[in-house]
Amino acid sequence: MDVITEDQVLDCTGLLCPMPIVKTTKAIKELESGQVLKMIATDPGSPPDIEAWSRQTGNELLRSLTEEGKFIFFLRKK
Amino acid sequence: MSKSDPNAPKRLALIASKGTLDWAYPPFILASAGAAMGWEVGIFFTFFGLTLLKPKLSAQVSALGNPAMPMKMPFGPEGFQNINWPMPNILMANVPGFETLATGLMKQTFKNKGVATVEELRDMCVELDVRMIGCQMTMDVFGFKREDFIPESEIGGAATFLEYAADADVQLFV
Repeated sequence: MDVITEDQVLDCTGLLCPMPIVKTTKAIKELESGQVLKMIATDPGSPPDIEAWSRQTGNELLRSLTEEGKFIFFLRKK
Repeated sequence: MSKSDPNAPKRLALIASKGTLDWAYPPFILASAGAAMGWEVGIFFTFFGLTLLKPKLSAQVSALGNPAMPMKMPFGPEGFQNINWPMPNILMANVPGFETLATGLMKQTFKNKGVATVEELRDMCVELDVRMIGCQMTMDVFGFKREDFIPESEIGGAATFLEYAADADVQLFV
């Protein structure tokens, strides 16, 4: 797999719905178009929610993976 | 007019009609989630839901409206915390202070689990430009004044909300 380099990291560990997507929205607003946000969450609802958020907002979900019980997402601002 | 413009964002129109702590969550969760997805969101606060526009929220759990409500203890070993304590209505209705107890337990459990407070969710909604409309008729009935509510809210009636909801992609009554 190609290495994705993030421009910003957002830790949503311990937060439940809807805070991960709300905080992701706020974080992505701070980025320039094309920059990548790495978001880390523990809410088991976040993988489907981030996919839906990505479809609705048009910010691309480049990759999602699970590491030691944490969900990690790489999102590129449109 | 969201329907006539194909590039307009999706729109969510919510009615918040209940003022208890448990029912305060759904409209603010859905509104903040919708706004986070780039949707236009409006909430019409009517009847008991209107109290959710007060600057200081004092929403409590009403056990009476939730006859099947299980209660969880927010302390002790995990096995103990996972027990659903059945609460008979007769107990909930008659024990003085039960609602305060139930409210405290719910707030603590939510906090332990990582759920935002209603205040935090409402602040998010304000920040994400969710339109909040307080019901004029309810104000008249309960004797509220404009200054009783957060300044970010506006006041309107059924027609104000319906016009907004007519162009919404999702409409929900809570």
